[in-house]
Amino acid sequence: MMTVLINGIGLALIALVVWWFWLAKEKAVATGNSITIHVKNGVYSPSLIKARQGQALELIFIREDTTPCAEVVIFSELDINIELPLNQAHAITVPTDKVGEYEFCCQMGMYRGQVVVS
Amino acid sequence: MPTAQTYRFSLTNVTCASCVNIIESKLETVPGIVEAQVNFAQRTMTVQTVTPPEMVSQALQEVGMQADLIEVAGEDPAERLMQRHYWQLLIKAALAGGFGGLLMVLDWFAVIPPLSEFSGQMTWLILGLLSLLAMAYSGGYIYRNALVAGIHHHATMDTLIALGTGAAALFSLLIIFFPNIVPIDGQYVYFEAALIIIAFINLGAALEIRARGKTSQAIKRLVGLQAKTARVLRDGEEIDIAIEDVQVGDIIRVRPGEKVPVDGEVVDGESFVDESMLTGEPMPINKKSGDKVIGSTLNKSGMLLFKAIHVGKDTALAQIIDLVQTAQNSKPPIARIVDRVSSIFAPAVLIIALITALIWFNLSYDVGFILVTSMTVLIIACPCALGLAAPISVVAGMGKAAEAGILIRSGEPLQLASKLTTIIVDKTGTVTKGKPEVMTLYPVENIDKDLLLQIAASVEVNSEHPLGEAIVNAAKAKTLPLLTVKDFHATSGLGVSAQIENKIIILGNKKFMKQEHVDISELKAQAEKLAVQGQSPMYIARDGQAIGIITVADPVKEDSKAAIDALHRLGLNVVMLTGDLQSTAQAVAKQVGIKQVIAEVLPQDKAAQVKKLQNQKEIVGMVGDGINDAPALAQADVGFAIGAGTDVAIESAGVTLVRSSLTSISDAIMVSKATMRNIKQNLFGAFIYNSLGIPIAAGILYPVTGILLSPIIAGAAMAASSLTVVTNANRLRFLKLGKKA
Repeated sequence: MMTVLINGIGLALIALVVWWFWLAKEKAVATGNSITIHVKNGVYSPSLIKARQGQALELIFIREDTTPCAEVVIFSELDINIELPLNQAHAITVPTDKVGEYEFCCQMGMYRGQVVVS
Repeated sequence: MPTAQTYRFSLTNVTCASCVNIIESKLETVPGIVEAQVNFAQRTMTVQTVTPPEMVSQALQEVGMQADLIEVAGEDPAERLMQRHYWQLLIKAALAGGFGGLLMVLDWFAVIPPLSEFSGQMTWLILGLLSLLAMAYSGGYIYRNALVAGIHHHATMDTLIALGTGAAALFSLLIIFFPNIVPIDGQYVYFEAALIIIAFINLGAALEIRARGKTSQAIKRLVGLQAKTARVLRDGEEIDIAIEDVQVGDIIRVRPGEKVPVDGEVVDGESFVDESMLTGEPMPINKKSGDKVIGSTLNKSGMLLFKAIHVGKDTALAQIIDLVQTAQNSKPPIARIVDRVSSIFAPAVLIIALITALIWFNLSYDVGFILVTSMTVLIIACPCALGLAAPISVVAGMGKAAEAGILIRSGEPLQLASKLTTIIVDKTGTVTKGKPEVMTLYPVENIDKDLLLQIAASVEVNSEHPLGEAIVNAAKAKTLPLLTVKDFHATSGLGVSAQIENKIIILGNKKFMKQEHVDISELKAQAEKLAVQGQSPMYIARDGQAIGIITVADPVKEDSKAAIDALHRLGLNVVMLTGDLQSTAQAVAKQVGIKQVIAEVLPQDKAAQVKKLQNQKEIVGMVGDGINDAPALAQADVGFAIGAGTDVAIESAGVTLVRSSLTSISDAIMVSKATMRNIKQNLFGAFIYNSLGIPIAAGILYPVTGILLSPIIAGAAMAASSLTVVTNANRLRFLKLGKKA
């Protein structure tokens, strides 16, 4: 009985990891022409930005995290690589002429975010 | 109360003096501002405040003013913060490590009574609570980051460490309160492991900050080249102003020993300027009225007065810095695989840890064993080393290249340059100097060499032919005075004639001499011999008598042969491409040791020649001047724009070479090969580390060999793994360039 229960809990935890980290999407969505993104505590917040095709989109990054991992933000599909100065606002204009999902992340891919143009 | 800092802002949309009032009254409402000064003329503002500068910008934005921070008085705030961060990490490491070590020693000497006794339980409860405090102090940020990331559906390295050490601490607390849930020999607490792991993580992070600082030293050195002030002439007065306030058109004075502050053109004075910091050119260059000077170069000998042409972000140095910084952040294609891996890495490790626990549970291993194995899996896995492998090498490699005047545009040319099989070099201006010079003076008997040159130059000074210019320059270099010339005539395709001291001088090719009935039989053999060497001979006759020959050629650069040799040693096939005649091209090719020559190619056909080689499965690098050769550079797998000087923004080239020496090509290829090798070592190391480390941590060897990794060792290995990657990348800084490989 105990064996079945523990195995069940283990499998449920695995399912939880899969669902939470891979399947479930972040709910906090930001929209607008100018969005301030804080780089802090290991995440970009907000990290999911929605935009309409053709709208002006400016992302203002403020890096408040001293860890070296946070110092660069990369939009690989858009060929944007920006070094973020510590505690200073740094604006990036993101082109929205094409519909698509554009990931942005730090050099190591630990900080992650996405711009969805629809 | 924090001390006030002085910040300088640039103001963009201040249009009138009343805007100044708006700004000043708005600033009065911002708490913490000690003093604020708005400079309407310069559109800048100096604010002394205890609040963060963003608050000032934000407040002004509310009244429609754009204020951007330009500098912080005194020191670099980022540098200071990093330094503070470094020491904080070390203190945290020392505290966690010290306390964890103490617990370990107490345990070794069995000082603390066992948990089965009440006194043991009480002692461990106190030690456990102290451990939790130490964990919260030294590793609090890890738990906080893990929590925030978790809420946002992200799993990071912090998630793994937080879960690993957190599980160990929770289990230990549980055992202290209910020791009987596990058999007596499993009644063991894991606070020391959690603490020492946290100590290693902090230590690793601190050392990484130091090592990373070194990889980006090159860019810091470039930034440091910038002069801080300029001495500007305004309203007849000389004033020292900040470099940011220099305007285009300002007249600037530079004294000997001072740096040229911005890019410009000399209007008065003469001096030697050392440009080696930007161009790598070791010899100081003579600058006089009309010559261009580059910001951040060093004025050596005389006083210069120059007009500012490019300031701020438009200066050559600013553009170089911008280019290098952007390139350093880009990734070579090889790194893209890693991106995919690292995005799923952390959750995957969580799953592996859970599976590990389930397997050992079903094989009836005890709780302690299950905890240790799954905790070790979480701790040893290091996505950082994997993610860091490529970027950190790129930063070091590109920085190294930039120091040698080699500007690699992005990760893609960096990777491709390491795979080149063929290098096409343009002849004129690449292998040769691109400027004809007098090569040989061959007078007949009784005629002095200087006299021959003097006569030729006196006639040619009236001609507009480039070969004539070479002769005049040669005479000037020897400070020979030019003679008075009458009746100058130029005959297209043949030569020129004139009268000097009532004697008729003619100067031209063989055909011209024949037409004028000049006997050249004595000189003909020598002329033909020189022609084979790629020199263009011209005969000179005085009153119908041949008096000698002068040959002019575009000379090969001093270091071209050594550079071509270096390219051959790198295993590359070198091809020379030129619009010149086959014979001239062959002569040059022979001098520098190039075997394959494609001559008589029209400029517009160069790209087609590149394509032809690419069709033969060659990976082609093309070296050209970046202007005339733009299509060919763009067609090539990697285009090298050579001798760009400080005009670095050449879009068609993947690699821009500030110097005009071919040695830079072999250097660029060496840097790219070394960087790619470094990336591969790092990637291989990180992959192997994780793919061996994780199964061993899971205890895969235990049933057969009895080997089980301690979580403390895993913590040390994990901290060492990213440090190893950074240290390996740092080796690129010691690459030797510019030498005869």
